Amino acid sequence: MNLTDLGIAAARAGLERRDFSARELALAHIEAIEALNPRLNAFITVTPEQALAAAEEADAARSRGQSAPLFGIPLAIKDIFCTQGVRTTAGSRILGPFVPPYESTVTQNLLRDGAIFLGKTNLDEFAMGSSTTSSAYGSTENPWKRRQNPEARLVPGGSSGGSAAAVAARLAMGATGTDTGGSIRQPASFCGITGIKPTYGRCSRWGVVAFASSLDHPGPFGRSVEDCAILLRSMAGHDPCDSTSVDRPVPDYEAACRRSIKGLRIGVPREYRVSGMASEIEEMWRAGEAWLRGQGAEVVEISLPHTKYGLPTYYIIAPAEASSNLARYDGIRYGLRVDGGDLADLYERTRGEGFGAEVKRRILMGTYVLSAGYYDAYYLKAQKVRALIFKDFSDAFQNVDAILAPTAPSAAFAEGEKTEDPVMMYLNDIFTVPADLAGVPAMSVPAGLDADGLPLGLQVIGPPFGEEVVFTVGAALERAAGFTALPALRAGEEVR
Amino acid sequence: MTYHIDGREGSWEVVVGLEVHAQVISRSKLFSGAATEFGAAPNSQVSLVDAAFPGMLPVINRECVAQAVRTGLGLAAEIHLWSRFDRKNYFYADLPAGYQISQYAHPIVGKGSLAIELADGSSKEIGITRLHLEQDAGKSLHDQHPSKSYIDLNRAGVPLMEIVSEPDLRSPEEAGAYLRKLRTILRYLGTCDGNMEEGSLRADVNVSVRRPGEGFRTRCEVKNVNSVRFVMQAVEAEARRQVQVWEEGGTVEQETRLFDPARGVTRSMRSKEEAHDYRYFPDPDLVPLVLDEAWVTALKEDLPELPDAKKARFMEEYGLAAYESALLVAEAGTADYFEALARGRRAKTVANFMLGDLAAALNRMGQSFAGASLFTVEASEAILDMIEDGTINGRIAKDVIEEMERSGEGPREVVARLGLRQVTDTGAIERAVDAVLVREAGKVAEYKAGKEKLFGFFVGQVMKAMAGKGNPALVNDVLKQKLS
Repeated sequence: MNLTDLGIAAARAGLERRDFSARELALAHIEAIEALNPRLNAFITVTPEQALAAAEEADAARSRGQSAPLFGIPLAIKDIFCTQGVRTTAGSRILGPFVPPYESTVTQNLLRDGAIFLGKTNLDEFAMGSSTTSSAYGSTENPWKRRQNPEARLVPGGSSGGSAAAVAARLAMGATGTDTGGSIRQPASFCGITGIKPTYGRCSRWGVVAFASSLDHPGPFGRSVEDCAILLRSMAGHDPCDSTSVDRPVPDYEAACRRSIKGLRIGVPREYRVSGMASEIEEMWRAGEAWLRGQGAEVVEISLPHTKYGLPTYYIIAPAEASSNLARYDGIRYGLRVDGGDLADLYERTRGEGFGAEVKRRILMGTYVLSAGYYDAYYLKAQKVRALIFKDFSDAFQNVDAILAPTAPSAAFAEGEKTEDPVMMYLNDIFTVPADLAGVPAMSVPAGLDADGLPLGLQVIGPPFGEEVVFTVGAALERAAGFTALPALRAGEEVR
Repeated sequence: MTYHIDGREGSWEVVVGLEVHAQVISRSKLFSGAATEFGAAPNSQVSLVDAAFPGMLPVINRECVAQAVRTGLGLAAEIHLWSRFDRKNYFYADLPAGYQISQYAHPIVGKGSLAIELADGSSKEIGITRLHLEQDAGKSLHDQHPSKSYIDLNRAGVPLMEIVSEPDLRSPEEAGAYLRKLRTILRYLGTCDGNMEEGSLRADVNVSVRRPGEGFRTRCEVKNVNSVRFVMQAVEAEARRQVQVWEEGGTVEQETRLFDPARGVTRSMRSKEEAHDYRYFPDPDLVPLVLDEAWVTALKEDLPELPDAKKARFMEEYGLAAYESALLVAEAGTADYFEALARGRRAKTVANFMLGDLAAALNRMGQSFAGASLFTVEASEAILDMIEDGTINGRIAKDVIEEMERSGEGPREVVARLGLRQVTDTGAIERAVDAVLVREAGKVAEYKAGKEKLFGFFVGQVMKAMAGKGNPALVNDVLKQKLS
């Protein structure tokens, strides 16, 4: 067995037993990155020297008797987390030269627990997208291939597509992502791995390049529910530097993965059964219900009546916040500067050249909805709808412990299939956006393959700070699904 | 005697409201840990939050909130237990985030009031509309290089209170009195140092004019006026300009203007058409500011005695007049000085001493009572003690003060070294009196013929002959005796 095939819990045990060293584990992943990243473009920046040095340090510390939950575990970091001394681009040209002098809280927590960072993964520019095609550093390829047409270059989903592809192709044991409208769960679904977006406030946003502050949720990717549980436990926690961070103890999520779902009530929202939904998605969802019933849960239909307003609400609030959050990229203090004749000219040239088309589109939308005379009709209305969507979930969680739904309306698509039409792209987020608007925890678990042999994920949504029940139900789905399919492109396999 | 401007076609009333930006006294900035000290090297007090680095987040400074609440309480205002920070979006090189965090829709402090005193002895209540917390921007330096601008971010994120008055002010005098009174209250509370030269206190002056009895007409905002005198001048200049516009058949347009103190006029800065759309919205990086009522109550109980209460007490407790009480309470340090010095002394004497020669000396030295280095309470006590025990008289005290200022010595040292001790030796006084009466024999005859007001002349001549050192009471006695 290749070291790159190990799960985090197994690797941790192997390191503990000295079956292999952290250096060997890191090296195996670095070699995998060298072999596959030129094709996949999952990483924008690879830091092999730093990874090896950190791994050697971990081995030395272990021999001194030290230990930590992630001692020597090699991870990939979405290039939206600021990492001290390592370039952080957010997938944008405007941050091309930016090397942060600080470490984000979430990555600092992972380092504290002994994790090894392999590098920074690709993403849609400023996390705005569902395909990882809008990065200034090229698109990322999904390691999965269609059975019928293996030549098609499929997208890994987005915006955290680089992290999802890296974990799926076994270039990293786990990764960080951020989920603003589905940016962890949708790529997890497209790449056949697991990803969880915890409750808003559970993971600090300090040091994470902001897209939409009230919607940005850092969270982990893993190849199993348990791996996500291990990673989230390290990433989560109160941070006094983030005023929206919540001061609550972090439970043992691994223990939650081992709990039974017997007696749990699982809601299936009727509004998610949208017309024109692919029959394979529908069937997968039904299968999920059956798996949970089979393990003793009760499945009931519920209503989330404002679901259909989720996308339009999201596409008002997220761009509004983004238009303000991205104002700081002005060429004055850091990042790209394109000089001009005067200050306005400098702004226009810097931002004109620094931002890509999708980012510009969202800045324009956000600026529009916040403008005098439009604010009440758009932003204020959207905030009211957002409160109703939150209420939908609160009401539902009066009666059920968790909600089961598809993660995305389709399997991975090919580059160019939808990416030309922004509205088609935005529809990708239809099942993921409501949980972001409500700030509730949600996970995508691989459930099976479609007719083309591409993975499909199921989504488990829990009440605020109900990550434990999400892990419990997610692990139950994982056990029942028995998902063992592997992507065509992965470490140890010849690159075609 | 209400203020008005006489136009060609009659009288105009002036309507003024002030928006005062007061820098909060606090060790660190409103949302970051960077220092706020004035005069530091450029960009030496800038945190990653202030410079708006990617992923940096604001965290509210608890002390700044306490300062805003204290100020609100000092202005007898409503304290809002729930308030919120909004973003005010605009691009400028010294605004690192591209937005200013401010409290647009839900300020921390609501309606309050403040009493101003006018020259005719009357007083007037001026309404306070609101007080909110916000961050300052940095500073653009355009004069350092022929083609480049430099940016100093030391001020970026510095905590400010914006205190907005109702349009209750009706003259330059009232506007000046309001700003002075507000400054006094802020300094008493210790929430703003009121230093207008350093920019700790600046005013935006809203001015309109109207015919008596009319509703409000369009106002103009004169931005960033940085002294009481300039505020008064700006009100007058802007009001006169508007009267002229209206009387010439024109219309005053709502706009932002700047006051040019050198020429005594206001100039247009930007008009309504160029006005920014600030796209205000709640800052999603911050949660609403929720105050605990008990915490507010505790702050209230800790408030110091404020100037109005202190003035009333000085009149009551020390029997001082309104005018001198007002002068003594204008600065908390002056009032404290007075109370220390008045212990066991006649309050009226102490007040006269402080507000006369001593105030003049401190003024020359550019010092205040609170920070007096030479004229400490102890030094003043020594001077008053020497007057009381007859060592010196009031006339000599003035010389002592002036000599102290020159030499930097203490009062007793000056008296000893220059022999300023007053003469109480009756023999010496008699000799001086005799000499004067001989020299002024003609006047003596007139006096004896009934011109009694010449007595003061003789006293003056004797004191002059004794170089001011004669004990006035003894000189009087001896003269009376010799002239009878």
